[in-house]
Amino acid sequence: MLRVQLRKRRGDFLLDANFSAPTPGVTALFGRSGCGKSTLISLIAGLLAPDAGHIQLGDEVLFDGEQNFAVDARHRRIGVVFQDARLFPHLSLLGNLRYGAKRVPAGMPQRIGFDDVISLLALEPLLERRPHQLSGGERQRVALGRALLSQPRLLLLDEPLAALDLARREEVLPYLERLRDALEIPLVYVSHQFDEVLRLATRVVLLDAGRTVADGDIATVSRDPALRAIVGPDAVGAVLSGSVEQIEAGGLALLRVGDAALNVEFHGAAVGQRIQIQVLARDVIVATESPRGLSVRNVVVARVVAVTPDVGHAVLVELDIGRTATLLARITWRASQELALMPGKQVWALIKSVSLRGHVFSTPAGC
Amino acid sequence: MLSAAELDALSLSLSVAARSVAINLPFAALVAWLLTRTRFAGRTLFDAFVHLPLVLPPVVVGYLLLVLFGIRGPLGGWLHEHFGIQLAFTSTGAALATAVMSFPLVVRSIRISLDNVDRGLEDAARTLGAGAFDRFFSITLPLIAPGILAGAVTAFAAGLGEFGAVITFAANIPGETRTLPLALYTALQTPDGDAIAARLALISFSLGLAGLLLSELLARRLRLVMGR
Repeated sequence: MLRVQLRKRRGDFLLDANFSAPTPGVTALFGRSGCGKSTLISLIAGLLAPDAGHIQLGDEVLFDGEQNFAVDARHRRIGVVFQDARLFPHLSLLGNLRYGAKRVPAGMPQRIGFDDVISLLALEPLLERRPHQLSGGERQRVALGRALLSQPRLLLLDEPLAALDLARREEVLPYLERLRDALEIPLVYVSHQFDEVLRLATRVVLLDAGRTVADGDIATVSRDPALRAIVGPDAVGAVLSGSVEQIEAGGLALLRVGDAALNVEFHGAAVGQRIQIQVLARDVIVATESPRGLSVRNVVVARVVAVTPDVGHAVLVELDIGRTATLLARITWRASQELALMPGKQVWALIKSVSLRGHVFSTPAGC
Repeated sequence: MLSAAELDALSLSLSVAARSVAINLPFAALVAWLLTRTRFAGRTLFDAFVHLPLVLPPVVVGYLLLVLFGIRGPLGGWLHEHFGIQLAFTSTGAALATAVMSFPLVVRSIRISLDNVDRGLEDAARTLGAGAFDRFFSITLPLIAPGILAGAVTAFAAGLGEFGAVITFAANIPGETRTLPLALYTALQTPDGDAIAARLALISFSLGLAGLLLSELLARRLRLVMGR
């Protein structure tokens, strides 16, 4: 477990962070640009000193403001992958990859092998090149490998995809997924893109204007009003996770979520895999009777938990679909009045399959 | 071809310039580091002091060296008494005078490269387990190598021609401190020395040009290796 509780003032900006991240597991630090995410990463890595607070990784105290104690960054054994990769331009790729490996303290077990990293990140074809001959995505893969080979106890990823265009991001994301599933190394992933978070993380810490405003599993945080304030009303939606029960012809996967079975468009899924999806609140239709004769594939029996005002004339309806799984639906205030939606009322939630995208989590990390 | 005296002057010039660069580099690197990476009281004054040789008449520098390092000077006397080292009127003294004169050039060159080093790379090295000295030698030094090299070559080329400080501090002793410019000056003072002076001037010109070209080529080649 990584426990962070710290304060840091930089000019007018005050960072006041308080959260914990399970190890192993993938924790996302999510927030708008400029909310203090990168500063927080520097503080955890030890590149900056907090003004006050406490940082602890497992049993080891890394920083204690009251005791005036701090472990130097180079002894923390926390790997960092920076947004700009920061490959050493005067070294070959091999020199870069081995830089951290050579400096692992003697007697430390080499849990992550050189060949494993090369194959995991598909670095073989790049080895002969120099850093400036790589694309942005390739650079990030090398930076990942370099950090891993320093045998870190924790890997901090500071928006590793933010400097890449959409196509390049797709080149790197699968490797991050592989790394998460293949290695038992805890990750803290900083991002301002919720789709990346959805794809990689099981736990989310929300940062807003330098403060941690929410901290919990992704399903809970996805319904937090604080997230709504950050991503905007159109991107609000409950995150659900379930296991694949059945693969239907045409690439539809039947996903067991709570008491419901959802049809999710997903190619290459296998039975038994755990899949994480986000159901956008604006894609959910609420009916008070069991509908018939519709093209909609997913009709889920639900119970209204709460109806809360949203922006404009809309309301957000929280729907219990069994076994603590919850959906969010965004409908107009007038519709909620006409349907007389009240807590406890049974309804049917309609979700189009094509609006659901799944992300595979082979290893249920941290849950 | 060149006469024995001219060859002497040429080889002496090369040796004095080379030794001046050797004296220069470690101190210049340290001073450049202090000026770019640290904040201390009197830093601006220190900066100005380092650059003084650029604006002072070289004779003044030679004179100050004579006062400090002369056989009865505070430093020169101490060196002579404890180590038997004499700097004034020796070729080592010529190298010292030359080093002081080209010092600001080398500091400036290293400083510019230090300013251009991405501190993020040093941070990255730190997270990978490198300590302060390790980071300097494995990251910072290789990254500023082009600047150091360019500074060294420029200082070497400039050192071949140092006149005022050398003649004041080390005098004009044939075979000991009579470098190219001093030999040229001597030739001009001699009847019928015009031809010799012309040849020496041509040598100086060629050496200087070669030095500057080499410096530029090296810098370019290194930038290529670094991919910038």
